[in-house]
Amino acid sequence: MDKLGSSTKRALVIGGGIAGIQASLDIADAGYEVLLVEKTPSIGGHMLQYSEVFPTLDCPQCIGTPKMVEVGQHSNIRILAYSEVESVSGTIGDFTVRIRRRATHVDWDRCNGCGLCLQKCPVKVPSEYNCFLPFDNRGAIYIPFAQAVPNKPVIDAQTCRYFKYRRFMEEGEESKKPPECRICEKVCPLGVIDWEQQDEIVEEKVGAIVVAAGFDLMDKGEIGEFAEGRDIINGLEFERILCPSGPTAGVVMRPSDGIEPREVVFISCVGSRDPELGVPYCSRVCCMYLAKQALLYKHAVPDGQAYIFYMDQRTTGKGYEEFVRRAVEEYHVMYLRGRVSKIFRDGDRLRVQGADTLSGRRVDISCDLVVLGMAMMPSAGFKELARKLGIATDEYGFITEIHSKFRPMETSVPGIYVAGTAQGPRDIPDSVAMGSGVASKVLDLFSRDGVGSPL
Amino acid sequence: MINLNYYPGCTLKTKAKNFEDSAIASMSALGIALIELPRWNCCGASYCLAEDDLIHQVAPVRNLIRVKSQESRVESQGEGDSRLQTPDSRLLKVVTLCPFCYNTLKRANLIVRNDPGKRDTLNSFMDEEIDYHGEVETVHLLEVLRDDVGWEAIAKKVKVPLEGLIVAPYYGCTLIRPREIAIDNVERPTVLHRLMETLGATVVDFPFATECCGSFQSVSNPELAAETAWNILTLAQRQGAEALVLSCPLCEYNLGFQQKLIRRRHGEFKGIPTPYFTQLLALALGLESCGFDRGYTDSRALLQSKGLLS
Ligand SMILES: Cc1cc2nc3c(=O)[nH]c(=O)nc-3n(C[C@H](O)[C@H](O)[C@H](O)COP(=O)(O)OP(=O)(O)OC[C@H]3O[C@@H](n4cnc5c(N)ncnc54)[C@H](O)[C@@H]3O)c2cc1C
Repeated sequence: MDKLGSSTKRALVIGGGIAGIQASLDIADAGYEVLLVEKTPSIGGHMLQYSEVFPTLDCPQCIGTPKMVEVGQHSNIRILAYSEVESVSGTIGDFTVRIRRRATHVDWDRCNGCGLCLQKCPVKVPSEYNCFLPFDNRGAIYIPFAQAVPNKPVIDAQTCRYFKYRRFMEEGEESKKPPECRICEKVCPLGVIDWEQQDEIVEEKVGAIVVAAGFDLMDKGEIGEFAEGRDIINGLEFERILCPSGPTAGVVMRPSDGIEPREVVFISCVGSRDPELGVPYCSRVCCMYLAKQALLYKHAVPDGQAYIFYMDQRTTGKGYEEFVRRAVEEYHVMYLRGRVSKIFRDGDRLRVQGADTLSGRRVDISCDLVVLGMAMMPSAGFKELARKLGIATDEYGFITEIHSKFRPMETSVPGIYVAGTAQGPRDIPDSVAMGSGVASKVLDLFSRDGVGSPL
Repeated sequence: MINLNYYPGCTLKTKAKNFEDSAIASMSALGIALIELPRWNCCGASYCLAEDDLIHQVAPVRNLIRVKSQESRVESQGEGDSRLQTPDSRLLKVVTLCPFCYNTLKRANLIVRNDPGKRDTLNSFMDEEIDYHGEVETVHLLEVLRDDVGWEAIAKKVKVPLEGLIVAPYYGCTLIRPREIAIDNVERPTVLHRLMETLGATVVDFPFATECCGSFQSVSNPELAAETAWNILTLAQRQGAEALVLSCPLCEYNLGFQQKLIRRRHGEFKGIPTPYFTQLLALALGLESCGFDRGYTDSRALLQSKGLLS
């Protein structure tokens, strides 16, 4: 049988993380148009939130931003940020997608990103990008981070004073009359604030779809024994605390009171490899990022002590085992093989109780901060997206590839491909490789004309 | 008054009589009569960990059969509808107080329900009894208070709010382990917290609420058990608790009786009362017989100092 081709030589990439970015660039560089749909106001994904990335400890903003800018300026790529796929119809080579462009209340076509509105907004709420850490806030009108692409603000109608005022006037929803505000509108030199803007549905034709919707971490609330307290945080939160461009400017402090933690306990396999919680699989990157974070903590607090509880060390990438040895030998990170049974507050410190199964002893450590290596899960709302696309997912919600060995990037629907962590936990090099791999599948498809092609 | 089948177990008739008395009196004040199961036998006591533990299940299953035949008798006399039923009305209910009995009966029932082969073998061991297929639901009294009576209804009946009393709730292990039979969230149970708050007490955050009390180690290794108890009790005190509220006679032994031994090892240790939740419930409901004179520890001085007891 002849291989299938595509009559519409234009690709849709869903998710602007590193996998989606790589796929978009490779397809666009080969001369085809790409529509990149990203749920949040900016592309970049999780990688941009990190302090430094293993195993080489380069700065993700430094290596990631040029790629993001390239995407933003590429003549073949159109970014639809703050948008989500509504529905998909058609078949390989000839899909019709409807995309919801959420109202930003800022006319992005005319906004020049000067940022005056951000400075003047009186609202202060915790920021998603900083994992809601207490050290820094965003306004109701905001750009998630300095290097955002596109670098245009959105207004969060939930917290905006003027929207609250309108809800009060229309529905009496708020209990007290909020001020009318509209300061952003007053300071905007170009008059691009648009209070009346509505969500817009656009319809586009594409020949291939790449799903790169990434991952999220399991909510720590699901782990009863670790759920308590502001100073038990997940790996993402600690990345933000370590990050020089993060909310603490890289000064390590703990969320509850801002003190510098003298002792930090890291725990691997929290949620992952725990069939009782429905996640029997390994999240693959935690051994490495916990070693990285312990090492970076020691950079910041050289006389502090880092402990890592682990089940086994799974550091199978290139240069990975060496990296962990460095953490142990040069930075004296204390590795304890065993599980933690309980964490609780004792005075103003935390006590971590667990077992060291190598020495066969119980351990009881007083510390200031606990970092959990939480399970990687499919991104929030992914089930819904998979349903719209009609693609199969496994029992955990990750995309099922059509053949686990020979066709790892093809989903159960021809013409729909998968890259990065949407298929399962993996690190950045693997996600990028998969992004390029998926681009070659799309380009292969585009190299032939489809059935019913006008040509 | 609603009738509810009640399985006491051995300890409730001996060492923990105050647990039983205060429970029966309180439930009656809340409109539920605990009707003792006729001819009940040993629950099977601690759960067997052996691979082939079938013979061990005969005792608990026989008790469950008693509940079943008791119910059919009552039904044939036409009184069946006054009994508390689970939401699935085909299930018959029996309530326990002792967490060990709860655990043993509940797990035996799981075996009967999930393993037809074992169920048949067990049934063939019963000579005079009717066959059993897992029709009975075992519940703990805390579940009845939470799910059937409800916190609001209890709050309305409170006559002596336990104002000013600061308590740490303590669950022990067998009510919430293993997960399949837990009466509450395994790692972070709240039912005792909620009950105590409903009664007007102040509840401290108590990280050791589900820690092991030392269990039977008090027989083989009393020093270890005493150290364990010391850890639990002193953390409760550091958290500001004036009493540790219990739900298990074995916990009461390890955390109450052992306080003497602890005092010998840790001279600075000041005791802490360890009442059962039912005793505080009875007190709050304004009942006379709370059995505070019979525990291993004495709660009376504390309760008097709060003006809750004369
Ligand atoms: C704490 C932590 C530290 C880590 N450190 C390292 C490290 O040092 N080195 C390393 O190699 N790896 C590291 N990793 C792994 C790394 O994060 C992943 O390999 C990488 O981010 C995966 O990229 P991705 O594009 O698949 O997913 P993501 O980065 O999650 O990107 C997915 C994108 O899709 C968007 N999206 C989601 N759903 C939708 C939707 N329905 N519609 C549209 N868009 C959507 C998201 O907003 C996001 O922008 C770390 C992981 C964690 C948790």
